[in-house]
Amino acid sequence: MASNPTLQVDIVSAEKLLYSGVAEMVVAPAVNGQIGILPRHAQLITHLLPGEVRVTVPDEEQPISIYVSGGILEVQPNHVTVLSDTAVRAKDLDEAAALEARKKAEEAISNKHSDIDLAQAQSMLAESIAQLNMIRKRKSK
Amino acid sequence: MAAGKEIRNKIQSVKNTQKITKAMEMVAASKMRKAQDRMRASRPYTNKIHEIVGHMAYAHTEYKHPFLNARVKKRVGYIVVSSDKGLCGGLNVNLFKLAVSDMKKNMDQNVGIDLALCGRKAVSFFKRIGGNVLANVNHLGDEPKLEELIGVLKVMIDAYNTDQIDRLYIVQNSFVNTMTQKPEIIQLLPVARGEDMSLNYHWDYIYEPDSKGLIDATLQRYLESLLYQAVVENISCEMAARMVAMKSATDNATEVINRLQLAYNKERQASITQELSEIVAGAAAV
Repeated sequence: MASNPTLQVDIVSAEKLLYSGVAEMVVAPAVNGQIGILPRHAQLITHLLPGEVRVTVPDEEQPISIYVSGGILEVQPNHVTVLSDTAVRAKDLDEAAALEARKKAEEAISNKHSDIDLAQAQSMLAESIAQLNMIRKRKSK
Repeated sequence: MAAGKEIRNKIQSVKNTQKITKAMEMVAASKMRKAQDRMRASRPYTNKIHEIVGHMAYAHTEYKHPFLNARVKKRVGYIVVSSDKGLCGGLNVNLFKLAVSDMKKNMDQNVGIDLALCGRKAVSFFKRIGGNVLANVNHLGDEPKLEELIGVLKVMIDAYNTDQIDRLYIVQNSFVNTMTQKPEIIQLLPVARGEDMSLNYHWDYIYEPDSKGLIDATLQRYLESLLYQAVVENISCEMAARMVAMKSATDNATEVINRLQLAYNKERQASITQELSEIVAGAAAV
């Protein structure tokens, strides 16, 4: 295992550094669909959608799962950087808060006179749904 | 005992000043802790985006963004980030000294200068020495919001995009530790290449979905987060510098009080001795 090539991964949000270390693979929700990045990947830069970033760490059975609210992902051959506005470790996600956010967003979309505009409400909805999906997946394991 | 009373008054007034400086020291210490937390929180993001943009400057991008192309230097812009309040030692003075010496270098090469200022100290300083100020923002408080800074940034970006300025620098204090704050000049535009020389060959990114949107968004983010970081860092520096300055002021006040107290005691003793000798002399005369 130890001889496998690895890449350096840094995941930062506007508030803190969430993960910095080596990994065998990173899976992230890019705008054009999920992408998996292995060491020696060509340079790539993409926007991220709200969703799960999975980092496969050597000598660990479970990949590290981090929720990101969107952002930018940059790949250099042996280095992956995720810049996110907000990022939370999957185990710290709050189901009640996510449900609440989804309800609010849905209300805002159906109710034209709310103070939140449509685009904002839609992005809120997408974020809360992505969070709920992750929570559900975690529970079903 | 006229002199004695005067000294007593003086001691009292120094003691009052000491109370104020002591209070300011403690306020600065507690604000510094919060400011430092805020600074540390956003630092990783800023460092990383700086790194990415540094990589981007190496890439031979299909979409040539003006921020990535160096033009001939005819006129430069500076964003100077200072504090709103004084009483923080040499913090602002050192910053302005560095800024002015760099500006002088540019002026010697016949390069014009435009300014954008954050903080009241910078505004009053450049009002005094002159300079073409395009924008300023004050009263950012202890918790600056990015929205408040965007205006200043936009003015400078517009100036860059319309070829009014060909370089954009930010002059800021960087927080080393509580005792040391270092004034720095960082080039924002055009984007400077990162230190990783291994990227110096012909390559380009794979873009998802398109290069223009991605590069635009990333560069915009880069400028915003660097300016925000500079402002947050400056607040940490200001509080640290003020804490140290007020601590030394409090210590000095203690020293002054001790000296005055000594003078007062001597004065008192001298007058008692004099009175005694007068009484003794009077008694002897009877």
